[in-house]
Amino acid sequence: MKTIKLLAIVLGSTIIAASCKKSDDTPAPTVYYQQQDQMGRPAINTVFNVSATDKDAFNVITPSNMGAAFQAKFQARLLALNPGYTTNALTQNATQLTTLLATDVLGASTTGTTTFFDGNPANTLSGRALADDVINVELLLIFGGPTGASNPGLTNDNVNVNDKTFLAAFPYLASPW
Amino acid sequence: MKRKKLLITAMAAVTLITGGIIYAADHIDTPAVTGQAGDITDLYVFRAQDPNNLVFVANTQGLLAPGSTAAAKFDENTVIEFNIDNNGDAIEDLVIQCKYDAASNSMQVYGPVAPSEKGTRSKLEGTVTASAVVTAYGASPTIGTGTNGVKVFAGPRDDPFFFDLTQYKKIIAGTATSFLPPGMASDTFAGTNVLSTVVEVPKTLLNASGNINVWIETKKKI
Repeated sequence: MKTIKLLAIVLGSTIIAASCKKSDDTPAPTVYYQQQDQMGRPAINTVFNVSATDKDAFNVITPSNMGAAFQAKFQARLLALNPGYTTNALTQNATQLTTLLATDVLGASTTGTTTFFDGNPANTLSGRALADDVINVELLLIFGGPTGASNPGLTNDNVNVNDKTFLAAFPYLASPW
Repeated sequence: MKRKKLLITAMAAVTLITGGIIYAADHIDTPAVTGQAGDITDLYVFRAQDPNNLVFVANTQGLLAPGSTAAAKFDENTVIEFNIDNNGDAIEDLVIQCKYDAASNSMQVYGPVAPSEKGTRSKLEGTVTASAVVTAYGASPTIGTGTNGVKVFAGPRDDPFFFDLTQYKKIIAGTATSFLPPGMASDTFAGTNVLSTVVEVPKTLLNASGNINVWIETKKKI
């Protein structure tokens, strides 16, 4: 960055000296922005990465590189959270679930319903609507077992709606408190 | 402010006890971004009121108490970037970049556009397609509309996330074995605000064949 600036200054003065052009003819150096935080699906980094080092690393890597770097760690974490994990309501074993979650992107439909989960299996992971109870969905997939009936005390936090009503029209989110 | 600080302190204490587990959507998820303007709290993607449009929401700077919301600001050195993958390889084919301009106190939108550079480093792509003056705390929403049909809002909103985080932390810490029954459970995020950036985009601009993958990144000027 410093080198580029220096070069620009040198070029700028050369132009002035050679042709008396205004120095603002020199194009400004391109400004770059570096990734600092990342998010696709809710709560993935916070649940599945344990160490501060992993949490920070997960935020500055692109999704296409996440699976190779984090799937095994996610699987270990899943089995630590729920040692009795076999499969879940989506019939995913531990490897399948953590392979899906380790690449942290949110799938969204551009043609149909958009919801994290609304009870209709066909709509699963087709977006995230404001009112979706995403925490219960994730708790169910982690703790609920193949039928969703396992660990009943851990699959529903009993906070199932927001504390304000959403708007039907843009910008959709409720006014602040 | 006190409330936010208290909450953060409480969470930090739990982090020490549980070895680093803080469970929220993406609120204060890592040491490096916590407390910074670029700390993402949530991503939402859903069909708009007009079903021909799709809505993208990026929330940042979570757990704002009402008393500290008016002072919360977007950062002019941070780009909030929606990344859109159209072919399932988790590599962005389009980006929608939202960059706060301090001089005009507005959120400026670039795209949707195919980025010239992909991955962890970006530059602003093309020209501003829509912009909206940031809505002040307590004011009714200012909505900007671009010539391509893109709508934008930026400003404080109620945090739409809900979760009994307090009880979850007790479960993880081993001091509770289950969530609380209805009526006793409480939303840890009730009464708190976030800084929202909401962008509504005509689906025709997304070059999509039915399904897309979306993620947000906050990127800081280098």
